[in-house]
Amino acid sequence: MPPDLRGTVSVWLTRQAQVAIEALGRLTRTPASSLMTVAVIGIALSLPTSLYVLLDNLQRLSGSWDGAATLSLYLRQEIDDGAAERLARKLRLDPAIADVRVIGKQAAIEEFKRFSGFGQALDALDYNPLPAVLVIQPTQEESEPDAAETLAGRLRALPEADQVQLDLQWVKRFHAITRIARRGVLLIGGILGLAVLLTIGNTIRLEIQNRRQEIEIAKLVGATDAFIRRPFLYTGLWYGLFGGLLAWLLVGGALFLLSGPVERLAGLYESDFSLSWLGPGTTLTLLLIGTLLGLAGAWLSVSRHLNDISPV
Amino acid sequence: MIYFDNVSKRYPGGHYGLRDVTLHIAPGEMVFLTGHSGAGKSTLLRLTGLLERATRGQIRVNGRTLSRVGARQIPYHRREVGMIFQDHRLLHDRTVFDNVALPLVVSGLGHRDIGRRVRAALDKVGLLNREKAYPITLSGGEQQRVGIARAVVSRPPLVLADEPTGNLDPELSADIMHLFEAFNEVGVTLLIASHDLALISTLRHRVITLDHGQRVADSADAA
Repeated sequence: MPPDLRGTVSVWLTRQAQVAIEALGRLTRTPASSLMTVAVIGIALSLPTSLYVLLDNLQRLSGSWDGAATLSLYLRQEIDDGAAERLARKLRLDPAIADVRVIGKQAAIEEFKRFSGFGQALDALDYNPLPAVLVIQPTQEESEPDAAETLAGRLRALPEADQVQLDLQWVKRFHAITRIARRGVLLIGGILGLAVLLTIGNTIRLEIQNRRQEIEIAKLVGATDAFIRRPFLYTGLWYGLFGGLLAWLLVGGALFLLSGPVERLAGLYESDFSLSWLGPGTTLTLLLIGTLLGLAGAWLSVSRHLNDISPV
Repeated sequence: MIYFDNVSKRYPGGHYGLRDVTLHIAPGEMVFLTGHSGAGKSTLLRLTGLLERATRGQIRVNGRTLSRVGARQIPYHRREVGMIFQDHRLLHDRTVFDNVALPLVVSGLGHRDIGRRVRAALDKVGLLNREKAYPITLSGGEQQRVGIARAVVSRPPLVLADEPTGNLDPELSADIMHLFEAFNEVGVTLLIASHDLALISTLRHRVITLDHGQRVADSADAA
């Protein structure tokens, strides 16, 4: 780089840093109103963020349910426990199946007696009415609702099969609901993002009004629009960034307050599920979105109001 | 330095600020512009500094045809024209130094050059020891001298002054005029609007008189 250009670039960078710090200083000079604006932005950003985190957690939870999705293959009445064991061994070789557990006729009736309370009624029967059951655990890829459906179809075609129960309907519904919820989060995020944009735009508009004289004089001595725009853009940037930080703190705080009860509840269901926190990726995205909204709001406001100030 | 060729400025509502004004001011001249209030003095200065645009006619300033200067080029034109106002137009929340430095800051000059040039300008107007003061603590005459320092700090070839002595007593006004003469001696072209005829007559410079937006007298024509 030739020294001349290097000098220009270094002056430019120094100037940027100066303006950024000046804009920050201006915010701290009116702490009450700056905090109010940051609070509005932070709250507006925290709502879609917390919904996103909630959804993310629900999906992780449903993911663990998917893994637990099993198929129950009820064998025909006349198949005895030995034939059931042989079939189980054959099925274990199937690449789509992770594991097969056999509940023999005898085991089935004992289990039924224990849980149903109809023990004595069953004793009155002179034969075992319950079929042998193979509880089939599909592999991870085959746990997706559609793939599990295909597997169920294949099992149903087995000559030994009487009935295949695939209790995935509700998992499917849950997936559909989370899809709607995800779209809802995007919509709410969009609307609240617009609110942030307008809030910052309005704040910057007031700021422009307050500094009208300064802008006029800067224009008189030959300031370009970029020069005049710059401090306001930095003001918007700071508002957005601090709003994002506040949103992060709010969501983090809410997660902290919820994590204890959620783990207790999960414990009651014998699950080791715990709430996931805002990861570095999400945090960075949140701060970036806040900053960009701040910049965009300031830009819109400055572009709209700068030309109102004469001399043009 | 300044050419006006049949220039008219008509404001919305039909009022004319200037009507068919033709004039030429050579580089290095010091020219007074007089006339009653509303005669068009300010309009002429505002057109020259591109604060407004002419409705008709051609204006050339420092080799630049103003009708061809786009909105984005206006700032670069203003950097070559120092402007001084009756009400000083200083920033009251900034020090004298920062006020004078503003034209250099907007044109992206480095920190060290700014310090040097601002002190040189303040030295010329005799306010070197007040650089850290705020404008509000200065007298009217001192504030006007800060305004002058700001107008000349970037060493523009042309300086426009609109009633620079309007609020000052005769003695201070004479001081300001002598300051202008000092700038003129080093080659700066000056166009000064003033209705202080008594003061102007003691100075031997060209005088252009406007009335109702028209040029009615010019001491250069008589000579």
